[in-house]
Amino acid sequence: MAQPARPPTGYPSQNGAGQQPYSNGPVQNQLMHSSDGQGYSPSVPGLYSHQTPAKVPPHQTSGQYNYSGSQNVSQLNNYQGPGQTLNRPPVAPFSGSPVQQTGPVPQVLLPALQNSAAISSAGSFPPGASPPVLSNWQYSQTPVSQPVGSQTSHLAHMTGTGSAQPPSSLSGNTNPPGNYQYAASPGGPPLQNSYMKPGSAPPPVTQPLTPLHPPARPPLGPPPVGGPPLIRPSTLTAGPPNTQSLLNSAANRDGDATSAASDGSVVQNSYDAIEGGGLMATPHPSPAPPNLKMNRSVGYSYPTLPPGYQNTSPPGAPGMQASALQYPDGSKHFHQPALGTNHLTASMGGLSLQQEGLRPVNLLQERNILPMTLLKAPVPNLHEDIQKLNCNPELFRCTLTNIPQTQALLNKAKLPLGLLLHPFKDLSQLPVVTSSTIVRCRSCRTYINPFVSFLDQRRWKCNLCYRVNDVPEEFMYNPVTRVYGEPHKRPEVQNATIEFMAPSEYMLRPPQPPVYLFVFDVSHNAIETGYLNTVCQTLLDNLDLLPGNTRTKIGFITFDSTIHFYSLQEGLSQPQMLIVSDIEDVFIPMPENLLVNLNENKELIQDLLRTLPQMFTKSLETQSALGPALQAAFKLMSPTGGRISVFQTQLPSVGMGALKSREEPNQRATAKDIHLTPSTDFYKKLALDCSGQQVAVDLFLLSGQYSDLASLGCISRYSAGSVYYYQSYHHKHNPVQVEKLQKELKRYLTRKIGFEAVMRIRCTKGLSIHTFHGNFFVRSTDLLSLPNVNPDAGYAVQMSVEESLTDMQVVSFQSALLYTSSKGERRIRVHTMCLPVVTTLSEVYLGADVQAITGLLANMAVDRSVSATLSDARDALVNAVIDSLSAYRSSVLSIQQPGLMAPYSLRLFPLYVLALLKQKAFQTGTNARLDERIFTMCQVKNQPLVYLMLMTHPSLYRVDNLTDEGALNINDRTIPQPPILQLSVEKLSRDGAYLMDAGSVMFLWIGKNCGQSFISQVLGVPNYGSIPQNMTHLPELETAESMRTIAFISWLREQRPFFPILYIIKDDSPLKSSFLQNMIEDRTESALSYYEFLLHIQQQVNK
Amino acid sequence: MIAPGIPRAAPGPPGPAAMAFTFAAFCYMLALLLTAALIFFAIWHIIAFDELKTDYKNPIDQCNTLNPTVEKVKKIKRVKIALKLVLPEYLIHAFFCVMFLCAAEWLTLGLNMPLLAYHIWRYMSRPVMSGPGLYDPTTIMNADILAYCQKEGWCKLAFYLLSFFYYLYG
Repeated sequence: MAQPARPPTGYPSQNGAGQQPYSNGPVQNQLMHSSDGQGYSPSVPGLYSHQTPAKVPPHQTSGQYNYSGSQNVSQLNNYQGPGQTLNRPPVAPFSGSPVQQTGPVPQVLLPALQNSAAISSAGSFPPGASPPVLSNWQYSQTPVSQPVGSQTSHLAHMTGTGSAQPPSSLSGNTNPPGNYQYAASPGGPPLQNSYMKPGSAPPPVTQPLTPLHPPARPPLGPPPVGGPPLIRPSTLTAGPPNTQSLLNSAANRDGDATSAASDGSVVQNSYDAIEGGGLMATPHPSPAPPNLKMNRSVGYSYPTLPPGYQNTSPPGAPGMQASALQYPDGSKHFHQPALGTNHLTASMGGLSLQQEGLRPVNLLQERNILPMTLLKAPVPNLHEDIQKLNCNPELFRCTLTNIPQTQALLNKAKLPLGLLLHPFKDLSQLPVVTSSTIVRCRSCRTYINPFVSFLDQRRWKCNLCYRVNDVPEEFMYNPVTRVYGEPHKRPEVQNATIEFMAPSEYMLRPPQPPVYLFVFDVSHNAIETGYLNTVCQTLLDNLDLLPGNTRTKIGFITFDSTIHFYSLQEGLSQPQMLIVSDIEDVFIPMPENLLVNLNENKELIQDLLRTLPQMFTKSLETQSALGPALQAAFKLMSPTGGRISVFQTQLPSVGMGALKSREEPNQRATAKDIHLTPSTDFYKKLALDCSGQQVAVDLFLLSGQYSDLASLGCISRYSAGSVYYYQSYHHKHNPVQVEKLQKELKRYLTRKIGFEAVMRIRCTKGLSIHTFHGNFFVRSTDLLSLPNVNPDAGYAVQMSVEESLTDMQVVSFQSALLYTSSKGERRIRVHTMCLPVVTTLSEVYLGADVQAITGLLANMAVDRSVSATLSDARDALVNAVIDSLSAYRSSVLSIQQPGLMAPYSLRLFPLYVLALLKQKAFQTGTNARLDERIFTMCQVKNQPLVYLMLMTHPSLYRVDNLTDEGALNINDRTIPQPPILQLSVEKLSRDGAYLMDAGSVMFLWIGKNCGQSFISQVLGVPNYGSIPQNMTHLPELETAESMRTIAFISWLREQRPFFPILYIIKDDSPLKSSFLQNMIEDRTESALSYYEFLLHIQQQVNK
Repeated sequence: MIAPGIPRAAPGPPGPAAMAFTFAAFCYMLALLLTAALIFFAIWHIIAFDELKTDYKNPIDQCNTLNPTVEKVKKIKRVKIALKLVLPEYLIHAFFCVMFLCAAEWLTLGLNMPLLAYHIWRYMSRPVMSGPGLYDPTTIMNADILAYCQKEGWCKLAFYLLSFFYYLYG
């Protein structure tokens, strides 16, 4: 009931709001204990021996699949047991709609466990969320069978909760079993029987399935079923009868496998395909019936979690997969590099990986080093059981996935050690725990996490400080399974990313209400740009979507050379404007009614927003008193805290904080004398005051002239706000910027928000935090003060090794973000990551994560250019490449070969650094205006790694010849997957059309001789000449080409929370230069081409 | 400077040794006292930075509470005072450098010149700030800066101690 209307696609709200906390649910059943002993999941490696069976090749038949799946699952099985039991007690006819079932299936377990309250409508699930095939038939069968009345409720729960909830690994599995049961036992057979069948005797099961599975499915091919579903079922099979142990199940499978017609090798392949399929683009062949498709697509999201974990086992990229599954929105997962074919054992997988990673690459010879698909984060070389619990690399990433043991070793490697975080990312599944005590280490205050070790039932050892702690009494009871005495199976210990509902000890004042204050520049200049119309309209449209509750407050201030307040007192027929002209000593004209409750005064607010754009059209006031307006806003907000959104269109000219123009256009060329540092500390001090009062300031700068973003930006930087910059915004002359503002503002207004937040990052003793990067105020060596936190903000942390990490096999990092949600709940989101420690240089190189390194270096370079000069920063970037490659050459390579050798893991390093050098933030030359440069620097500091990488090194696709080959199928849509091309003009051909995806913008470049069919069938115009100059939309035509192109572009867009604008450019477009500027492998007037850059590096390295 | 210095010289030194009393001797005595004060400042400085650095290891700070606890407020105040002492320190040091200049104690002055120059440089290169002060709260937590400041504190302490004994016996 909770969230019937939730849109399937939206990322935003899901995490926090809708979820059901894990609470001790009423529903549990006794079967739970049946779980096998395996469960002990203390993170210690090596403990899990049972996992191995997982490798067994899956069978192709659907029934068989289930089995295969089960193999992987180890601990999960236990849980399933309960789920099944619930279902069994069948009494009442099954009411659940098929959809629900399918959707929930994966999740079912948890939700069911939880509380009945959770029940929600099926709608909440994205369509097809779950394991497809199975569910289908279940349903069909179900009517016959007799799931209990209780069942229905469970299902419902599941669906409801499921959407929000993270299927902890535990929960996920249950449904599938349920499915089997139904199918198998039309007559209401005893549970065990049903289970047994699936497990032991596949054939019977399969039969029912087969009908549903249409012939369409290609034999080996990516089974329509999709990896995830299969897997789960497997667990289920094991689970149901408690009696069955994993081993048994494994044995069964083996038997099955042998019996199965397919030979081992075949099976394996299919397995790969399956897993990969889920993850990657996979390729579900289109033939499958619609239902199937539906299921699959969704399947990722929900079902995935549990399977995700399980999946990890495959050698190739276990971690990745898991992560991918978990977080459906990440774009990356889809493209997975082909996994190694052999599924021997995990360790083997690890080995092969290593060898690949160690292979030196001669960069001068191998020109085609750019992978065809998006690069994935490397997987730490951990025991698979640990790895599968590890944090998703999109949330938490380390530059070196093998941590060097000593600082000396780190220095030798010449690579930066650091973390890149995206802590508040929108997640589709997040376990939420409500409990009276949050278990933490008594000495270092670390939250309990999957990587602690349990010494026995009552004691656990902290993985950060190694203190032995007691397990509190409450923690002995597992609310998910309702079993006592299994602390190691609590969700806290099963999920690296988890959210706690914080009790009152975590607040020093009652959680604040969401408070939003909008501050508009209404000087003549601002009115000229016409932004007020757009902003007010967007605000009007999204007023109901602002995150908040009944306590939400909102207020408005406008300013030119005076400050205008708006009283929205109840009972007024229209808003009352109060003007304060004393800008030297700002005061608040009336104590209340300037910030009013949004819901109670909605009409007045809407009224104000409608009239605001017209109120100042005659204004001739050109001065801008931004400083005093900000002071006023701060005074207004300081009692509560909240968010101030400032719209500014020019250089502030009067009052405190007035600035002078410092940009001298003709000096842009000289890299040395540009003003990257603030000219006054007014904004910084004000930001610190804001930070102290839990107020964040977000700055929207819409300016044609220089506005000294370097100084203004401080207001956002230190108050944890964000900066948006729209160069030369004008409502008529620059329609593209208008659309961009609309889209970004919409996202800005509706995205999740956390108030009065702090984030603490802890790491294992011996490591220490060196520097933080991002927008915040550092309050203590490991504590960031974030008055607001938003899901689009990323952070970076430089680390150093203070004491050598001898005797440690792994180290852990934990970030804990304490915030107040827009619903007024205090929550703590905890991410924990575990990485191995290594002692040799070659292993350090092996684990290098080139994207993370590039991201961290970019952050460091921004600092360097501010504290020293831009050219220093550029040199430092180049030196980073030279130093690391020469260290590799001299210390790791035994044979000195000619050429420029780089470890495989760093093969893209020079390319990325070159891309950074050519980026607006660091480029030389007169191209970049100062504000633009500084804005790019802000973005480098504040964007999550994924988007930073796209911005730095965009992906280029050829789109005029898209085919369905290798396409991805989601929700009935076929999404072509063209390969990524190198960013070089030589890859462009005049008779093609190319799409460049640069994160926040996309360019579609149409070659002069582009095929007529593409122009007419995709662009909808008769010929090249008639393509309009400022085209930003593709018409939706009924042609296959158009549908493919649009499907691909919208698929790219869906993977990010903001809306990238598509520019369609021709040879003579003014935007062509920005397109060509991204061709970073080519030579430009002031920068080297990629090959020249390599030669330069080689020269330095070989010196 | 000299003008106020001389008249105070007479009442300052009590006792019979006043015979050999010169302006230079007075300078040394004053410098001795002031150096003692500077040593005190330096120690405070070191403690302040150490507190900043080790803050997180403090088990009392158990949870991520938003607002500082009472003890924390006290500590922050102490740290702030310590950081504010920087300017008086520079002024005091500059003051007795001038005294030595007037007393024509070239050797002593020469010994103090590097520190004086350092102080001037340090103050010139401080971050952009409207008020007086040397430390920017937004960058002070950077590990490099923190380490640098700590090292600076120790070096100064050593320097002041040495000069203390130098003045004592000089």
